[in-house]
Amino acid sequence: MADIKLMKGNEAFAEAAIRAGCDAYFGYPITPQSEVLEYLTAQEPHKRTGMVVLQAESELAAINMVYGAAGTGKRVMTSSSGPGISLKQEGISYMAGSELPCLILNVMRGGPGLGTIQPSQSDYFQATRGGGHGDYYTPVLAPASVQEMSDFVKLGFELAFRYRNPVVILSDGIIGQMMEKVELFPQQPRLAEFDQSWVTTGKTPDRKRNIITSVDLDSARQEKHNQDLQKKYQRMRENEVRFESTNCDDADYILVAFGSASRICQKTVKIAREKGIKLGLLRPVTLFPFPAEEIKRLGRQVKGMLCVELNAGQMIEDVRLAVENNTVVALHNRMGGMVPTPEEVYHAILQKFSIE
Amino acid sequence: MEKENLRLDEIIREENIVFKKTPLLTDKVFSYCPGCGHGVVHRVIMEVIDELGIQSETIGISPVGCSVFAYDFMNIDMQQAAHGRAPAVATGIKRCWPDKYVFTYQGDGDLAAIGTSETIHACNRGEHIAIFFINNGIYGMTGGQMAPTTLPGMKSSTTPYGRDTRLMGNPIKITELVATLPGTYFVTRQSVHTAVNVRKLKKAAKMAFENQKLKKGLSFIEVVSNCNSGWKMSPIQANRWMEENMLPFYPIGDIKINGNFVKRN
Repeated sequence: MADIKLMKGNEAFAEAAIRAGCDAYFGYPITPQSEVLEYLTAQEPHKRTGMVVLQAESELAAINMVYGAAGTGKRVMTSSSGPGISLKQEGISYMAGSELPCLILNVMRGGPGLGTIQPSQSDYFQATRGGGHGDYYTPVLAPASVQEMSDFVKLGFELAFRYRNPVVILSDGIIGQMMEKVELFPQQPRLAEFDQSWVTTGKTPDRKRNIITSVDLDSARQEKHNQDLQKKYQRMRENEVRFESTNCDDADYILVAFGSASRICQKTVKIAREKGIKLGLLRPVTLFPFPAEEIKRLGRQVKGMLCVELNAGQMIEDVRLAVENNTVVALHNRMGGMVPTPEEVYHAILQKFSIE
Repeated sequence: MEKENLRLDEIIREENIVFKKTPLLTDKVFSYCPGCGHGVVHRVIMEVIDELGIQSETIGISPVGCSVFAYDFMNIDMQQAAHGRAPAVATGIKRCWPDKYVFTYQGDGDLAAIGTSETIHACNRGEHIAIFFINNGIYGMTGGQMAPTTLPGMKSSTTPYGRDTRLMGNPIKITELVATLPGTYFVTRQSVHTAVNVRKLKKAAKMAFENQKLKKGLSFIEVVSNCNSGWKMSPIQANRWMEENMLPFYPIGDIKINGNFVKRN
């Protein structure tokens, strides 16, 4: 019997964490993601599964608690929103450099600075370009529903451990706050065994000592380390691209949108189809790696693409790189917590591509 | 020369050995300057872990600073933390592995400047970890800049005319500060400039690890040390200067034992 509940996105994420067998969560309150920490503390997961939940003194401390626990092989996660994610970038960079798995949820709000608590997608650059200092990437999953807020916890941990790398779930204030029905997956056990080839759980006589570090002052070794990391990111590009196509097969025009913006665009596709315009929607599910090949293929087929984003136009740079000038790429965007209506996007299509 | 070697061969025999390097120190040559206290503190901590037989249950955390590469010398599982974040990293480990032994090894800049928040909150939560705090009043690794613990009037590369407290603020006695927090169970200040002091540090270090079994709070050990390179002195001069200037300001002794303040005259 399916376990279906009506939940907020943030709550579904927290419940999924417990069910995914997450070992520890370290967080700090910030709107619009505080429900994650509130839900977890209310659930007392130390009684349900033995999961550790701790409210840290800052985002800096939280991400470094994640670093410590992840270095022992545990399934660990944290969550925040833009300003807090910025503080966490130091730790995320260290984790990428030290090759530690973890899950990081960003429930995006408008910026820059303290910005607003209203939803936005303006952390796209930060998430897809690494975010902190140094050459690194993290897989980025963009949920578009409360269901995916739950499902991506499991997927996120799988990717984090497959590549020994932090994984970012790039959500936003709409997906985090809205309530939808969600089918929850059954409880999974917490980890019982740890890969003794790298974890720091105490050096036993049967193995070498393990060290978690990102520092190496020997330039030749540091270059080799960087090359190995780049190979890993290349493997992600080859194997982990995920996207969702709606009415793209016969489309003359394509909307490209992720997360909450894609939900609005789904309705726009319906409106356009009813009016006889062959409109499709390409939703990148992974923002890194980006579905560039699919967008390139569609670029050869269509008359134009419209990127719909809740930011100044960030993903559009990746779309333009992907289409290689094979088609026109336009932008319809809102910022600062403003959200377009499906009709607004529909009129943008008519206007940008001079459709009578 | 040959004659002398023969004589040494006769002396260096198993039955004559009264001191051995603990196997918990690797064979890597210390990167520390001759005369620096880090090497002695490393040895003391590793000897304690060896004697308690807890190598397989111990995780250490190295900071950013001179001891960033402590993991090259300590033959145990270790994590290298971002600048100042070692107590948070230790918290993450200890919360997930409450029966393991976890310690941080931090300098004054790491612990008392950039990591003040992590230090105070780990102490205040009463994490069942040990913090080793090496205080030499200077940033050694980056070339001798002012530290939060630099004494008034003390010269450094960023206080070339001496620390003017009106401009640069006062040195912080963070050990006394954390002792006021209910989460600290054992707070002490030691040094390693004489053999007697080294033995006292070892006793304190042992207590810091044994306390972790009790789960009654955090053990905080400050070691007042020298930085002869940064202070621009010979090792002997540096130790003398430390005794005459550092120790009056940072007095050696236990501040809190078993959760209770130690009465001082």
